[in-house]
Amino acid sequence: MSVKLTDDMLKALPDSRGHFGAFGGRFVSETLMDSLMTLEKEYLRLKDDADFQAEFDKDLADYVGRPSPLYFAERLTRETGGAQIWLKREDLNHTGAHKVNNTIGQALLARFLGKKRIIAETGAGQHGVATATVCARLGLECHVFMGSEDVKRQSLNVYRMKLLGATVHAVESGTKTLKDAMNDAMRDWVANVDETFYIIGTVAGPHPYPLLVRDFQSVIGRELRRQSMEKVGKLPDALVACVGGGSNAIGMFYPFLTDESVELYGVEAGGLGIATGQHAAPLCAGRPGVLHGNRTYLMEDENGQIAGTHSVSAGLDYPGVGPEHSWLKDIGRANYVSVTDEEALAGFRTLTQVEGIMPALESAHAVAYALKLAATMDKDKMLVINVSGRGDKDIHTIAQLDGIEI
Amino acid sequence: MSRIEGVLKSLKDQGRKALIPYITAGDPHPDQTVELMHTLVKAGADIIELGVPFSDPMADGPVIQLACERALKHGTSLRQVIGMVREFRKTDSATPVVLMGYLNPMEAMGYEAFADASADAGIDGVLTVDLPPEEADDVAPLFSQRGMDPIFLLAPTTTDSRIKAISEHSSGYVYYVSIKGVTGSATINVEEVAAKVAHIHELTALPVGVGFGIRDAKTAGAIGKVSDGVIVGSVLVDTIARHQSDPGALNKALYDLLYPMREALDSLAP
Ligand SMILES: Cc1ncc(COP(=O)(O)O)c(C=O)c1O
Repeated sequence: MSVKLTDDMLKALPDSRGHFGAFGGRFVSETLMDSLMTLEKEYLRLKDDADFQAEFDKDLADYVGRPSPLYFAERLTRETGGAQIWLKREDLNHTGAHKVNNTIGQALLARFLGKKRIIAETGAGQHGVATATVCARLGLECHVFMGSEDVKRQSLNVYRMKLLGATVHAVESGTKTLKDAMNDAMRDWVANVDETFYIIGTVAGPHPYPLLVRDFQSVIGRELRRQSMEKVGKLPDALVACVGGGSNAIGMFYPFLTDESVELYGVEAGGLGIATGQHAAPLCAGRPGVLHGNRTYLMEDENGQIAGTHSVSAGLDYPGVGPEHSWLKDIGRANYVSVTDEEALAGFRTLTQVEGIMPALESAHAVAYALKLAATMDKDKMLVINVSGRGDKDIHTIAQLDGIEI
Repeated sequence: MSRIEGVLKSLKDQGRKALIPYITAGDPHPDQTVELMHTLVKAGADIIELGVPFSDPMADGPVIQLACERALKHGTSLRQVIGMVREFRKTDSATPVVLMGYLNPMEAMGYEAFADASADAGIDGVLTVDLPPEEADDVAPLFSQRGMDPIFLLAPTTTDSRIKAISEHSSGYVYYVSIKGVTGSATINVEEVAAKVAHIHELTALPVGVGFGIRDAKTAGAIGKVSDGVIVGSVLVDTIARHQSDPGALNKALYDLLYPMREALDSLAP
């Protein structure tokens, strides 16, 4: 079942209540409703405000270093023996991942709303670092919530956030990972709603977050469109991105949704394998439910309790996913697949050794799937991998798996 | 008239205020919940709010989070919670019971099935923390059609136009969340609450219950004075946690905590 999308259809989504078809919406406690409605109103105004957009574009250029390059991975292409493999280099952004595109945008919003206190949740720590970074630059108070399990496995990023002046709150509740960090960020927000702006790190959460994060991240896809016309003279045939909450994927996909010839692949964390239940792949193996303010595909048990997740990559270790992806899955516009921890680690090594580019373990999931896919495609086809971040933060994890103490 | 409306009307006619305790079903063990509910009634409860445990209780502080974890450790499911109310109803057909929880367990069970089973078990109202009226169009009517009251929250941040709209979607009572924060956090400011509740009374004819931050007889009395009822949660759940390994002591401790609140409320009556 695939629907031909048009610009008019896309413009109508999300609807006025934040719905993408059956997904999305605003499922939060009453205390937050007023803030969310104000944020929505202000964002819809600023979205088309020339000064706001000019400032956003300038920051992306001069502070983040955009546009990020579109790189032809020639040797990888040769070794894979299929489609031409290109890399969209979000790993070269300031702070090392796509996350900063969004934090720049939301921090600007916070400034327009006059909020001086910033909170954020983080899994791998990339969003936490990106948030702490913009807060340092703008002189804003910054609190980052992070599951205590993730504090352990991403200690380098914890230290980076502290150096940047942020307070890192280790969250001990529940499964002590990203979902629990988001719970605690929401709890803090309820308690400090007047002075606080919550910078959500992915396209999840209550309306208008999935909308505004998608808009801020769409710079990835817009650049890619232009670069691909300039360098290759045509649009790519396939786009591949990893999906945790789904922000780097939607940012890459969104500007191509109406281009039917462009195949979209979102790669979820298959963990130890879908059959084991030890994974973080709600689109591949979950069902619709409500968590963190929106209706979307979730990993849950038969009683509606949210299930524990597993992934070697902290940034993908989340039981939900942005509602727009749930919608794209149901209308058949994008394909959602998964690769295991082991495959992702192999993808990490391949890109490192063949191209000298060390991807984040999150991005390594996209790499791993793309290599399989490219091998099945003709040589004149063009495939683009979103290298959403760089692997420096994961060196400890990799070394540990290799049995090396560093 | 629903059982909730009946109880609140008769209290009002007597000039009395409602005492509405909250406990989490299945905490400390599913086998104890029904007995604890009867203890709450003996100590003077007019309505019981029975919490449905959820893995991710975003609006709750540590005390109720831990209660959810204890209940879930014993596998307490929404179906079991409904079963507990059915059991409770065998010997108490007078005290209204409101289920309070998060949306996802209800969605997983299926809204029709949930509404049917709840009405059949003698549940009187449903309060879903993460379901604002804007998203409730497909859900709340299922409750109303079966004689159950959909109960919604009002917060210090709720604007006048929303207070009106939310009240129109509610029946039974509205629940005013007295503080900006999660359950069991800050202490309540009686003057602020008094002013806000008086204002809510101007905008709706529904009774107004006030919850969050009521920890003792003194605050219960002070808040009772300015509202139609007080909702007491975290302090009870905390008591349950402290006596979790001694069921006998637990029932007594719960009674000893709640009964003085009953007395404080009744001392307000003419
Ligand atoms: C480098 C990188 N890629 C991807 C993700 C996953 O997030 P999303 O799916 O929102 O892009 C993260 C999250 O921390 C990340 O750090």
